[in-house]
Amino acid sequence: MENLSLMMAPLFSSKLLLVLFFGTLFGLILGVLPGLGPTTGGALILPFTMTLDPLSAIVLLTAIYCAGTYGGAITAILINTPGTPAAAATCLDGYPLAQKGEAGRALGMATVSSTVGGIFSVIVLVFFAPLLAKLAYEFGQPEYFALAIFGLTMLASIGDGSPIKNLIAGAFGILISTIGKDFMTSIDRFTYGINELSEGIGFIPVVVGLFAISEMLTQSTLLDQVFKRVALKAVRLPSLKDYKLTWKTILRSSGIGSFIGVLPAEGGTVASLIGYSEAKRWSKKPEEFGKGSIEGIAGAEAANNAATGGAMVPTLALGIPGSATTAVILTGLIIHGVRPGPDLFREQPEFLYGIFGSMLIANILFFIFGFFGAKIFARITLVPNKILWPMIFAVSVCGTYSLSQSIIDVWIMIFFGVVGFFMRRYGFSVVPVIIGLILGELVEGTLRQSLVIFDGNWLMFLTRPIALTFFVLSIIALLFPLFKKKNKTKYNKKKASNKKVNK
Amino acid sequence: MNNVQNKKRANRSSLPFFLKDEFKVSFIIIFVSIVLLLTTFTFDIVPPILNRGIQPATFPKALLVLIIGLTFIIYYLSIKKPWKLEKKLPKEFFITLVTFMLFILISKTLDFFLAISTLSIIISYYWGEKRILYLLLIGIIFPIVVFIFFETILGLRFPPGIITNIYYN
Repeated sequence: MENLSLMMAPLFSSKLLLVLFFGTLFGLILGVLPGLGPTTGGALILPFTMTLDPLSAIVLLTAIYCAGTYGGAITAILINTPGTPAAAATCLDGYPLAQKGEAGRALGMATVSSTVGGIFSVIVLVFFAPLLAKLAYEFGQPEYFALAIFGLTMLASIGDGSPIKNLIAGAFGILISTIGKDFMTSIDRFTYGINELSEGIGFIPVVVGLFAISEMLTQSTLLDQVFKRVALKAVRLPSLKDYKLTWKTILRSSGIGSFIGVLPAEGGTVASLIGYSEAKRWSKKPEEFGKGSIEGIAGAEAANNAATGGAMVPTLALGIPGSATTAVILTGLIIHGVRPGPDLFREQPEFLYGIFGSMLIANILFFIFGFFGAKIFARITLVPNKILWPMIFAVSVCGTYSLSQSIIDVWIMIFFGVVGFFMRRYGFSVVPVIIGLILGELVEGTLRQSLVIFDGNWLMFLTRPIALTFFVLSIIALLFPLFKKKNKTKYNKKKASNKKVNK
Repeated sequence: MNNVQNKKRANRSSLPFFLKDEFKVSFIIIFVSIVLLLTTFTFDIVPPILNRGIQPATFPKALLVLIIGLTFIIYYLSIKKPWKLEKKLPKEFFITLVTFMLFILISKTLDFFLAISTLSIIISYYWGEKRILYLLLIGIIFPIVVFIFFETILGLRFPPGIITNIYYN
C-alpha cells in the first residue's frame, strides 16, 4: 500500500507531471523521426538533465523511452520506415494495411497494444525488480564480476550484427573505460601526457558521438532516399471484432516482451520480432501476415513496448542495462550520482517507485497523444534531413560541451561519431560499446577485488555457486548464436529442398 | 538481379586480398590494438604491497589480446563467407567529414559559435538546401537560440572567440 502511494507520487507533483508531459511529447517526436529514436534522443537530452534533480532527470529519460518506442510505429505504418529498430516488425503489416486505406485502424491498434504492453511491463517491473534486487543482496564481488561477464556475453546475441563483432565492440567499450587514472592505484593508463584524459573519457561524448553523430554521417549517405507517405485522416480505436481477434495476441506478446526485456542486453527489437512470429504461429489466419494483418501489428507493438519495463528490471536491480536505451538511462543514473542495485531499493524506495509510477503515466500519456496527435506527429517526417541534422549537430555540440565545459569533449564526440559510422558500416553494433563502457569499471573493479579476496587464486571463482551459475549462463549465451545459426541453416536447406520437390 | 550480384561478387573476388574490406578492417583493428598493447608496457608497475589483485596494465592487456584474437577469427570466417558488399560512399559523406575537421579547426583557432554556424551552413547547402533564408535560419538563427538557451538555462559560459567575445562584452 505504501509502495502504491509512492508510485502515485508523480501524479501530485506538478514538476514531475510537466517533465512527463514534455518527455512523452519529445519521445514521440524522436520516435517518429527515422534515425533518431529514444536511444539517440536520450543521449542528446542527457546533458540537459543536469539542470534537473535525479528523479526528474530519470523520469524524463524513461518517458522518452516509453513514448519513443511507441512513436516508431507511426512512421512504420505511414511511410514503411521504422522510426525505431523496434518497430521494424510493425512495417510488415502496418504499411500494407495503411495502403488499403486503413491507416487509422492500424495506428489505433498500434496505440492500444503499445499501451497495454507498456502497462503490463510496468506491473512486471514493480513485482520483479525488488525480487531481483533482494537476490542481489547475496552477491559479493565475485558474483558481481560473474554477473557483469554474463551481461557482456549476452551482447553476442544482441541486434543483427555478428556475435564475434559484437564481442569485439563490447571489449572496445571496456577498453575505453580503462583510459585515465586507474581507480585503484591512480596510475595513468592511455593518457599519453594529455591532462584532460587523466579523468577518463566521459560517457556523454561517447554516447552522443556513437549514436547522434554517427547517425548524421549515415544520413549523409542516404540523401537520395524518398519516403512515400500514406495519407492519414484520423486515428480510430479498433472495433470490437478487432479486440476479439487480438486480445490474446496482445497479452501473449506483452508477456514475451517483458521476459525478453528482462534479459540483459536484449531489447525491444528482439522482443517485437519474437512477438510478431509468435502472433503468426498462433493465428488462425497466418496467411494474412505480411499483407496487412491486424494481429501482426498487435503482436509486434505489444511486445516492443512491453520490453521497456522488462529492460528496466536488470537496469535498476543490478545495474546491468537491459537494452540500448536503458544503457543511456543507466548513464543518466550514474552521472546523477545514483548507483543502481539492491541498496537503491533499500535506501531510496521513493525514487524507484517514482520511476515506476512515471512509466505508468507515460504509457497513458502517449496513448492520449498518439490517439489525438498521430496526424500531427506524422507531419514531422516531412522535416527534411538537410534542415534537421545540422540543427541536431548544434544541439549535440553544445550539450556535450556543457557537461564539463571542455572543447576536448566535443572533439571526442566527433571522433566517436566517425568511429561509430565505420563500425556500423562494417556490421559492428555500437550498442555493445556503450554497455562495455558502462560495465567496464564494474568488471575490472570486481575482478581485482575478487582476486584480493581469493589471494590471486582464479579457480576460487568456481567455488561460489551463484558466480558459477552466471559463468555457465555466459557460456550458453556465447554458444546460443551458433545454435541459432545452425538451426537457421538447417531451416534454409529444408526450405530449398521443399522448393525443389514442388518444382 | 541474382546475376548482377554474382557478377559483383566475382569482380570483388578478383581483387587482391589487401584491397578487400575484410582485410582492411581487420588490419586496422589489429594494428591499433598492437600499438595500444605496446603502450601498456609503458604503464607504471605497482609494488606488491599496493597491488590490488593484478597490475594496472594486466586488464587492458587481456582486453587487447582478446580483441586481436577475435579479429583474427572474423577475418578467417570472412575468407569462407565474404562480408556484404557495401555501397560506395557518396560525395556528401566526404563533405560532411571534411566539415567536421573544419569545425575542429575553427573552434580551436577562431570561435566556437562560428564553427557551429559554418558547419551548419555547409552541410545544409551540400545536402541540398539552396534557399538563402533557410540557410540563415539553420546557420545563424538556430545556433543563436541554442547559445542563449544554454547560457541562460544551464548557466554555460562558451569558450572565448572572435564572435563570442563580442557577445560577452
